[in-house]
Amino acid sequence: MTALIEAEHLTRYYGKHCAVNDVSFALAKGEVLGFLGANGAGKTTTMQMLCGNLAPSAGQIKINGFDLLDQPKAAKLSLGYLPDTPPLYKELTVQEFLLYCARLHGIAKNSIPDSIKRAQERCGLTEVADRLIANLSKGFQQRIGIAQAILHNPEVIVLDEPTVGLDPIQIREIRALIRELGQDHGVILSTHRLTEVQESCSHVQIIDQGQLILNETVAGLNRQMDTGTLQVLTRLPSDINKLSAIPGVNSIESISANRIRIHHSVTANPAEHIAEQIIAAGWGLQELTPVKRSMEDIFISLTKEHREL
Amino acid sequence: MSMILAIASREFRSLFLSPMAWTILAVLQFILAFLFLTQVEAFTSLQPKLASIEGAPGLTDIIVPPLFGNAGIILLLVTPLLTMRLICEERRNKTLSLLLSAPVSNIDIILGKYLGLLGLMLLIIALITLMPLSLLSGAELDFGKLFANILALLLLVTAFTAIGLFMSCVAGHPTVAAMGAFGMLLLLWILDWSAGMNDQRSELFEYLSILRHFQNIQSGLISSADLSYFVLFTATFITLSIRSLDNDRLQK
Repeated sequence: MTALIEAEHLTRYYGKHCAVNDVSFALAKGEVLGFLGANGAGKTTTMQMLCGNLAPSAGQIKINGFDLLDQPKAAKLSLGYLPDTPPLYKELTVQEFLLYCARLHGIAKNSIPDSIKRAQERCGLTEVADRLIANLSKGFQQRIGIAQAILHNPEVIVLDEPTVGLDPIQIREIRALIRELGQDHGVILSTHRLTEVQESCSHVQIIDQGQLILNETVAGLNRQMDTGTLQVLTRLPSDINKLSAIPGVNSIESISANRIRIHHSVTANPAEHIAEQIIAAGWGLQELTPVKRSMEDIFISLTKEHREL
Repeated sequence: MSMILAIASREFRSLFLSPMAWTILAVLQFILAFLFLTQVEAFTSLQPKLASIEGAPGLTDIIVPPLFGNAGIILLLVTPLLTMRLICEERRNKTLSLLLSAPVSNIDIILGKYLGLLGLMLLIIALITLMPLSLLSGAELDFGKLFANILALLLLVTAFTAIGLFMSCVAGHPTVAAMGAFGMLLLLWILDWSAGMNDQRSELFEYLSILRHFQNIQSGLISSADLSYFVLFTATFITLSIRSLDNDRLQK
């Protein structure tokens, strides 16, 4: 399977400031790649480079096999892009705007009405088709932006923070749409919301200070998440030293007199031994819960690690 | 090519979706109609005297060149207002990325924008031309001279629009673009004045002056030197605009 996007050693400087530093990745058909990063981490810069709005200082981008620099027209034909601010001509109606986009993307004349109709249906714009864009709410404008990106049925869809400004129901609809699009397209979406990645992406990349620090499937990340920590509540204070001796326990932190948190290795789960020990010692076991590491924890620990390096 | 037309037609139609184009058309029409009627008035009062002079200037000579000359001056003021938004506002509203990520080249974008605005300019010239043509109901016109004037004004606005487009590419704010374009146009317009002063004639200034070339063509003397001045002028600024848009991707 050929990759829809191949980005190699992308680097971008703004003056002396290095916004993106040696980022390489690939995207195949059927993948939804979530691009995570704090504000100013280089997400938008990377997206802009992928879509030809910004020339990289170094590196190469291939879209659907076409080099973005050597054959820009061919490469951009298979590209749909929603920038962080949706590019809308507010003086036009939704219908007129989509018609203009269709012509810009070189859709054959006889299939224009069909593609506009389909994009409007997919993004829930049918009932506002004849209204001026300027008079529509932010959520609708965001949806027009998405409609514009998927209008010409491109192989690669790049969405920069697609759910910003939408209400919870719309967010759910858009996420479903993204998953649906991901089945026969390649989708990249950037976000700083971690739940979004968990819900709609198949792959995740974390970028921090311009560098790629994680490139993983969401399933792999989920595996990483449910290991590591147990929370224990006892009626009487427990002896931490005795518990530390149990094989598999790495460290113990006490939160209050009766509540402790036990960090353990992934391979040997010591929960059973811990329970036996506590009961044998008569400390009165009240609670023993595995603590799931949320994506936030992973994100924060990874960025922290990266910055300390 | 179809992309250029798509961009141009959107640009042209957008102009008429705001009051801008309508206002400018109305104001231009009003002022020029007033000037036109003044010229007609002048002709009727001069007519008895002219009849006795051998080889006296005719109706076309008295009415058309002043009308088109004045139109040129007013367009010098108006064109920067029309061109200032072309690229500048797209950049500010972040709509430029729609064009940049679409399968169109920068050449298509610039030419589309240019032709779209030129469409409005052609409309303005057509409306101005209707004024002298209305005289046909009771008089005869020298069509050669009228044609020369139309050509002169057409070349003039192609040059004005090209400069305006370039300033819109360079400037960060529409007002700055308008000011820059207006300044450059005015400078090129009055460059000739210093050339006429005392004995300090400068060949270079005389060549650069837009006014000189405009008047040459207006007088009916269509020479390749004047034509190539306008063609070169327009081509230069369109090329510079394309370059400037290329530059957008490289640095920010």
